[in-house]
Amino acid sequence: MSRYESLLDALGDTPLIGLPRLSPARDVRLWAKLEDRNPTGSIKDRPALAMIEAAERDGTLRQGSTILEPTSGNTGIALAMAAKVKGYGLVCVMPENTSAERKQLLQAYGARIVDSPAAGGSNEAVRRAKELAQSNPDWVLLYQYGNQANADAHYRGTGPELLKDLPEVTHFVGGLGTTGTLVGVGRYLHEHKPGVHVVAAEPRYGELVYGLRNLDEGFVPELYDADVLTGRFSVGAYDALRRTRELLEFEGIFAGISTGAVLHAALAMAEKAVARGESADVAFVVADAGWKYLSTGAYSGSLDEAAERLDGQLWA
Amino acid sequence: MAVTVSIPTILRSHTDGAKSVEAAGSTVLEVLDDIESRHSGLKERLVKDSKLHRFVNVYVNDEDVRFVGGLDAEVSDGDTVTILPAVAGGAR
Repeated sequence: MSRYESLLDALGDTPLIGLPRLSPARDVRLWAKLEDRNPTGSIKDRPALAMIEAAERDGTLRQGSTILEPTSGNTGIALAMAAKVKGYGLVCVMPENTSAERKQLLQAYGARIVDSPAAGGSNEAVRRAKELAQSNPDWVLLYQYGNQANADAHYRGTGPELLKDLPEVTHFVGGLGTTGTLVGVGRYLHEHKPGVHVVAAEPRYGELVYGLRNLDEGFVPELYDADVLTGRFSVGAYDALRRTRELLEFEGIFAGISTGAVLHAALAMAEKAVARGESADVAFVVADAGWKYLSTGAYSGSLDEAAERLDGQLWA
Repeated sequence: MAVTVSIPTILRSHTDGAKSVEAAGSTVLEVLDDIESRHSGLKERLVKDSKLHRFVNVYVNDEDVRFVGGLDAEVSDGDTVTILPAVAGGAR
């Protein structure tokens, strides 16, 4: 890793870092894959670039095209960078209750932001984006929730990188949003490492996000493949923040809040292995660093205060 | 065996507005049956053809029961059972 022809070429090949202080036993170890070491600082650079390249190959994306995408931040930022470099326009549909930094970054890259209502979270952004795609047929909706190139980016990149660095891997834990990371990495690991556990950590938001939704309108991303996951956790803001701070305190890693939720699930799986007397190597994804969340107050004050401040925000 | 069951806003009409209820049982199904005996109507919103409704998730101590036995997932004294509508999201 040293010299690249352009920023886009510097994608991937991220480091895998051992966590000797947070690992619960000598033979039950935790490993963090630092996806913030990507061109725009998040794992979303992988699917964003893969989706753009797939759309270029099949001819839907041409010079001067405008890309449309529902995103709560990182995918939008990744697309905005790639769009800037490659000469496309970008319209992001984003829930209004995401952190200020994400909006500022998108604006810095020249993306146009369409707000979707806070209540309903990402589901509403998806619905709005689909509406906009209908009324603007010349815009190209990449649609990360159903775009196979999203999962493929992890099947071809993140998964093989992980297995190369950690052939003894027993567990993979990642965040659950579009499901692209878990489906792509999970599929690759199941093929090459039979018996591996693939575990999702889903953010559990406050009442505002869930409150108004109807059970019959639940949204399951088209990419989701139920056969890939072997376990799933739902993690609230308090535990996500607690683990985010522990990662910084004990291992020096300054991660975003969703990483705390992932670490919470990774530690639960590690503790289960300890209880059963089994050895384990638990790898998890650090999706991004903490910079974009400083304004939420996640890293200061008491955990209760910080969790309260996050209530009603899409923190992952 | 007492467990705490948290109820999503959308289903609180079945629990007289309560955010959480206490219940007894050694499996998720027994817990839901126990709640049903006092708050009728809740179970049919969650269970369809003896399985969890597709768009409902139930967690025991944050872990999704679909991966640990479904309605037969074990519940122990002091556990927290969380009922949630399925939702997509994330920094994505």
